[in-house]
Amino acid sequence: MSSEATYPSDSYLSGGWDLKSWLLTRDHKRIGILYLLTISAMFVLGGLYAGLIRWNLLVPDGSHMSAETYNKTFTAHGVIMVFFFLIPSIPAVFGNFLLPLMIGAKDLAFPKINLLSWYIFVLGAGFTLYALFTGGLETGWTFYTPYSTVFAQSNVELAAIGIFIAGFSSILTGLNFIVTIHKMRAPGMTWFRMPLFVWAHYATAFIQVLGTPVIAITILLVALERIFHFGFFDPNRGGDPILFQHLFWFYSHPAVYIMILPSMGVISEVISCFSRKRVFGYSFIAMSSLAIAAIGFLVWAHHMFVTGMAVYSAMVFSALTYLVAIPSAIKTFNWAATLYKGSISWDTPMLYVFCFLGLFLIGGLTGLFLGNLGTDVHLTDTYFVVAHFHYIMVGGAIMGYLGALHFWWPKIFGVKYSEAWGRLSAVLIFIGFNLTFFPQFLLGYMGMPRRYHVYPEEFQVLNVLSTAGATILGFGYLFPSCYLLYSLFKGEPAGDNPWGAKGLEWQTSSPPPTENFHVPPVVTEEPYDYANAGK
Amino acid sequence: MNRSLPLLPESASSVAGDVDALFFFIVAVTVVFTVGISIAVLYFAIRYRRRPGDERPQDVHGSLALELTWTLIPLGLVAVMFVWGSKVYFHMNRPPDDAMTVTVVGKRWMWKLQHPTGQREINELHVPVGRAVRLVVTSEDTIHSFFVPAFRIKKDAVPGRYNVTWFRATKTGSYHLFCAEYCGTEHARMGGRVIVMEPEAYQTWLAGGPPAESPVVAGEKLFTELNCITCHRPDSAGRGPLLTGIFGRPVHLASGDSVVVDEAYVRESIVNPAAKVVAGYQPVMPTFQGQVSEEQLIALVAYIQSLQVPAEGAPASTGAPQR
Repeated sequence: MSSEATYPSDSYLSGGWDLKSWLLTRDHKRIGILYLLTISAMFVLGGLYAGLIRWNLLVPDGSHMSAETYNKTFTAHGVIMVFFFLIPSIPAVFGNFLLPLMIGAKDLAFPKINLLSWYIFVLGAGFTLYALFTGGLETGWTFYTPYSTVFAQSNVELAAIGIFIAGFSSILTGLNFIVTIHKMRAPGMTWFRMPLFVWAHYATAFIQVLGTPVIAITILLVALERIFHFGFFDPNRGGDPILFQHLFWFYSHPAVYIMILPSMGVISEVISCFSRKRVFGYSFIAMSSLAIAAIGFLVWAHHMFVTGMAVYSAMVFSALTYLVAIPSAIKTFNWAATLYKGSISWDTPMLYVFCFLGLFLIGGLTGLFLGNLGTDVHLTDTYFVVAHFHYIMVGGAIMGYLGALHFWWPKIFGVKYSEAWGRLSAVLIFIGFNLTFFPQFLLGYMGMPRRYHVYPEEFQVLNVLSTAGATILGFGYLFPSCYLLYSLFKGEPAGDNPWGAKGLEWQTSSPPPTENFHVPPVVTEEPYDYANAGK
Repeated sequence: MNRSLPLLPESASSVAGDVDALFFFIVAVTVVFTVGISIAVLYFAIRYRRRPGDERPQDVHGSLALELTWTLIPLGLVAVMFVWGSKVYFHMNRPPDDAMTVTVVGKRWMWKLQHPTGQREINELHVPVGRAVRLVVTSEDTIHSFFVPAFRIKKDAVPGRYNVTWFRATKTGSYHLFCAEYCGTEHARMGGRVIVMEPEAYQTWLAGGPPAESPVVAGEKLFTELNCITCHRPDSAGRGPLLTGIFGRPVHLASGDSVVVDEAYVRESIVNPAAKVVAGYQPVMPTFQGQVSEEQLIALVAYIQSLQVPAEGAPASTGAPQR
């Protein structure tokens, strides 16, 4: 890799690239890089499967691949992207790298457990990938019963074990974050001086710790029913298939907030830095993260309005779903207000914030259709849902992820990337994304069900548009991998604080020294105090 | 018809208009907020773009009044959506009393439908325009979902459960029927058409097929063939409870609870008789799980539902099911 000479001798990268120093590291920054490499590979793999899905849907008659292959393809796409990219993404990479730096700590509270979490993740990913590559899996990422327990012929046990194992990595990361935030803050770093990125990860960590055990139990029940034929979910053995959906969504709905809350934390950091302004409504944004985490646990059955549940329970879940929309709205308004009378730069990370705002608005607001009892009946299980959650998970979570990557890249590796290529890619990704997923809202409203290998001809035009958009999106993702890698070898030194940012992570050198700070920091000012920074 | 407006689905049931009105109300809210906030963001981003030099904008402190405004206005809007949506949902889940019942059984990968007069269909459903049709939906294997976009209705077919929904078609024509819940290899091909006909044409269609046996008649035969009749005897000498007149009424259970006898309870009592035993009886009934198909179960339920005690002074047909 890059010549070591460009790194300061005490930098966390100066140990070089010998394998042992990485595989046995307890440095949160190096573990963050290990995660970055692992989940980038996952993202590429999941993206290839997405490409295959879009290729099949170019034609209505399914002539590009068999139904079985198609079902395995969308299952692989969902499983990889949800469990092995989106859930770990920002917390495991940027949370790991930045959280101790941001609160002025030397490391996370449990460095060995942190390394263990990565090994567990790799082990889990290994099981699941093995299952996907040898025979595959055709249950959908949702594993609905009794299909998964009685009818599926594929590698359900293996894939499920992988997800079960990877869950512990998520729990350990969350646990590490909670303890670190409570116990390791630098002198003067009071709760309300913490960056909003830290608040967002604090809320996320609670979901990881409290929610993940439920999916672990659920997966275990599926495995027991498959292997030993217990009657948990199979109605012919006295079980209830709907029980599985309650258990599954009890985790998997909050899991969406595991994906989006850290991204919201990134947005708060970037928008403040590139407006040179204090975040408007700091405490409202911080508390709305906690509110989302708390209420988010009480909305799961809005995935089940057509399963035959009692109308009054449906009403309760609809009302709570609408309630959880409010804190997201509060955040959005506060971000917009932060720009008011700012000094706004249009550099690449900020372009990703603009992308995020536009896409998250549409993603969030289309959730209103699905939380609504009257319209959800028609829209659920159609492409409207597919479009909605991609606007949240790709438009929201991945835009935040890319924003974070471009914002902290100079800090993590100490080099600058090409600003022109950065901006071009952001625009390309925005256009490609919208062209891919906006037509899917229309398809859903017209009634095209999801997970369809073939479809009526009248839906073809919109599907072709979607595939065209996916092609642009694919190129959009390809560029950053090129110019970012290039910058590692040829990039100019970035300096300690290229953006003029306020966070503690910018007050140390780039890349940071192994012990993070040469002099343990003492915090004496409010967060985001850009107004007084020049004085 | 919708060839001229290919972005809107056909609208062919009495609830489709209600759903669309609500849909477009939320679209309006979505557009207003998306455009409004996007314009604000872009305006600020251009108006306050960074100028050369070390610009240090003045602090703008938060504002409680603003926070309250943008909390309460969205709260009010979603409250309206919630109430409106609940109203539509209630309507969708309450079939009118005069509805004709069609039973729907999902099976990988086909829909098996039966009319109240006994005619069976696969992947096609013929219905008269203007008549309320109540659907009792279940599945023989895994979960499916009965979805007719033109009617804006969808109901999961869950094995072991009877789910109910209904529609009243308002326009003759042929509409897509889809399975909306992933059910394996041929999920995307598990569908067909709903054909809405003029009432006379429907009667002609009904008469056109082979002579059909109504579920009640089929159920009565099964009741004898399966020897149900030896215990559930009309002369009160059997070992099982009398079934006449129980449907729709509560019965006391051995556990001390009580349960209203409905389709789901009758079905459960056939496949899992020990689950809810009527007070005063021993749990001696064997299970019929695996011996009767979903369609036979539906026939048995229909027969038991037909065993009404004629109300005094009222014509015997009152409340008779399965028209």
